[in-house]
Amino acid sequence: MAAPKIIVVGGGLAGLMATIKLAELGAAVEVFSIVPVKRSHSVCAQGGINAAKNLKGEGDSPWRHFDDTIFGGDFLANQLPVRDMAEAAPGIIDMLDRMGVMFNRTSEGLLDFRRFGGTLHHRTAFSGATTGQQLLYALDEQVRRFEAEGRVRKFEHWEFLSAVLDGARACRGICAMDLRSMELETFAADAVIVATGGIGAIFGKSTNSVTSTGSAQSSLYQQGAFYANGEFVQVHPTAIPGEDKLRLMSESARGEGGRVWVPRDGQKWHFLEEWYPKYGNLVPRDIATRAIHKVVFELGLGVDGQPAVYLDLTHIDPKILDRKLGGILEIYEKFVGVDPRQQPMKVFPGMHYTMGGLWVDHKHRTNIAGLLAAGECEYQYHGANRLGANALLSCIYAGRVAGAAAVDHARGLANGAGAVPQRVFDQEKLRQQELNDGLLAGRGGENPFTIWKEMGRCMTEHATVLRYNDKLRQCDEKLVELLDRCRRLNLSDTSRWANQTLAFARELANMLQLARVIVRGALERNESRGGHYKPAFPDRDDAGWLKTTKAFFAPDADEPRFVYEPVDTSLIPPRERKY
Amino acid sequence: MMVEVRVRRQQTPSSGPRWETFRVEATPGMNVIGALLRIAENPVTAGGKPTTPVSYDANCLEEVCGSCAMRINGRVAMACSALLERLDQPVRLEPLSRFPMVRDLQVDRSRLFEDLKRVKAWIPIDGTYDLGPGPRLAQREQEAAYPFARCISCGSCLEACPQYNDKTGFVGAAVIGQVRLFNTHPTGRMHAHERLEALLGAGGIHECGYAQNCLEACPKDIPLTQAISEVGGQVMRHSILGFFKR
Repeated sequence: MAAPKIIVVGGGLAGLMATIKLAELGAAVEVFSIVPVKRSHSVCAQGGINAAKNLKGEGDSPWRHFDDTIFGGDFLANQLPVRDMAEAAPGIIDMLDRMGVMFNRTSEGLLDFRRFGGTLHHRTAFSGATTGQQLLYALDEQVRRFEAEGRVRKFEHWEFLSAVLDGARACRGICAMDLRSMELETFAADAVIVATGGIGAIFGKSTNSVTSTGSAQSSLYQQGAFYANGEFVQVHPTAIPGEDKLRLMSESARGEGGRVWVPRDGQKWHFLEEWYPKYGNLVPRDIATRAIHKVVFELGLGVDGQPAVYLDLTHIDPKILDRKLGGILEIYEKFVGVDPRQQPMKVFPGMHYTMGGLWVDHKHRTNIAGLLAAGECEYQYHGANRLGANALLSCIYAGRVAGAAAVDHARGLANGAGAVPQRVFDQEKLRQQELNDGLLAGRGGENPFTIWKEMGRCMTEHATVLRYNDKLRQCDEKLVELLDRCRRLNLSDTSRWANQTLAFARELANMLQLARVIVRGALERNESRGGHYKPAFPDRDDAGWLKTTKAFFAPDADEPRFVYEPVDTSLIPPRERKY
Repeated sequence: MMVEVRVRRQQTPSSGPRWETFRVEATPGMNVIGALLRIAENPVTAGGKPTTPVSYDANCLEEVCGSCAMRINGRVAMACSALLERLDQPVRLEPLSRFPMVRDLQVDRSRLFEDLKRVKAWIPIDGTYDLGPGPRLAQREQEAAYPFARCISCGSCLEACPQYNDKTGFVGAAVIGQVRLFNTHPTGRMHAHERLEALLGAGGIHECGYAQNCLEACPKDIPLTQAISEVGGQVMRHSILGFFKR
């Protein structure tokens, strides 16, 4: 039997882990990525990766990790996959350690662990404050080894445009664009795994990288994939506001003893420690973010009257800071010009992560046969709020599960991708080519970067920390207006070589469609849960809303529609979430 | 603050280069990428001539993905951490010169990744299934190795290296830094000879001319000259031992 041929879209942690698993299982793998995979957004993750190794004598266990994750996610995550992930976590750390990740060590030469938000245990393995970089590089190196052996082929500087669907709406490959020649091509596969990361660019400025647009997910949603829990986005409490992006200041700063405060009556007011004595500065992100919002906007106590609070490390030995947090101190110094060992950092919440994403089952299969999803682009593990240092874990775990499931799917196919008529591929390519031709011929007055900025402002203002139904309605109207203006673009660049404006214009239209899923999903959900908070409905409503949102695209109406499905709470009965 | 930005532009790999000047309203803390975004919003030169947005590589914007290396005022730098207020005016932007041109400020750095293959810059693990914990590692060794694990493959050290060109085929400091990293890891050490063998061949470590520009160019302050000297010693011992074994 010929080796199954599998396409992986995206070369961050989830995509590379899937690739490694696939290669190990004997599949022929093709990896598509907009950037060289080593430059994927996973590289930005800082603080660490969770696993209940219990190396600090605290009685930690995978079950506690599981419980913290479900509780932290306000009971919206289906429980079985989360339990399985928590159980797999210690083995994943071992695997990464064997790959050569330079994790910090104890004096005995064992892995060191630190505290993170939403848990009372030292559960987070780390490599300075550049853990995402170190994990991404380890997987990148393993993939490079398979590539040198001819078992993996990379298509870097290629952008995924759409899935190729056959007459039965099953996924048979992809259509992608070479970002240099701007030529389109279709690629056949027995299964496709998308691992295309986050959606930060929908909010204009976020902690995400430029390529985290959600364009691929949106394209698939418009082709019939369910998009789940889109209204749940995470606003990280501590980022450095910037002109071009919000730069993350890792939760590990607080895990290592950093304290958040604002001046009040000439004193330092450590409001998180006062309000949450048990967890203090390490309450989960949704709670810390709302607390900062309250202190700044309701109490008017932002530092120097600005939207900012202090994140203070100055009481900690600089040698320890350099060893455990060097990477983020360097970022603060370079971009702000102030030494955080000497002066408290000024930070403010910023859009960071999407808990929502493509709907998948336990094996990471979407509702489109042959199409799987892994990593931040899917919704599986984090419920209504993700705990810090669970993202790296979920990416790697999901990549592994998806890789194995893709091979299972391929082996079960009666007819492989080779049996699909060529016209199925030609039709999809033609559809995409027409989109490109239309954009290049456009002579309207609209600039795509201007529309993007307007979308980002609208989304940040109305669809992040506090949500009001009238504002959400206005925001959706604005998105419809922007979509309309998006049909009258002028790209200012009609060339067919390395035309980045063309690629961006395509992403923009997809971002707007996905933005509507977020806003409309939030409008529907009249309760507060995790990252989704409505002052008019301040409580969690399990009777009405303990259910997964599934958005689907209604092509005729050009808008999202919603269905809901029950959440699996078979292992831990929902309880009040109080820290 | 109004900033004048001059960009060396080139439409395709084979077309001739030309300079264009832009005027950009810079806000406090704005970086070179911010200026390029402003230009994309209104692609008109200082002389009022409509043009195309500038092509460039960028992703993380916090100096960890390695994408946005370019020549800024004649020196290699990361565009994301180059703040306009700290730069001499006018700001001159040029593509890296040691790599094939793609368009404008975009170049093709794939050779760097190919060279990582040449030296087998990885730990050859038996598999990803559960084989128990990795080797123990002294804190001190971890701390010495970690800086090399932070190499972002931006190519700054290669751009600054007088020996990095087609004639020598020199792999350059970044790749030698990775050999240092893997050759001292407890598992990686078991395969050190393969990496040293690669550095004995064409484009190997003997092409280093000790200009030491790499050290200064590295945005991550990686001790690259230390790596070159350590790995140089390893290569020497390996080749002498090899000579006596013949």
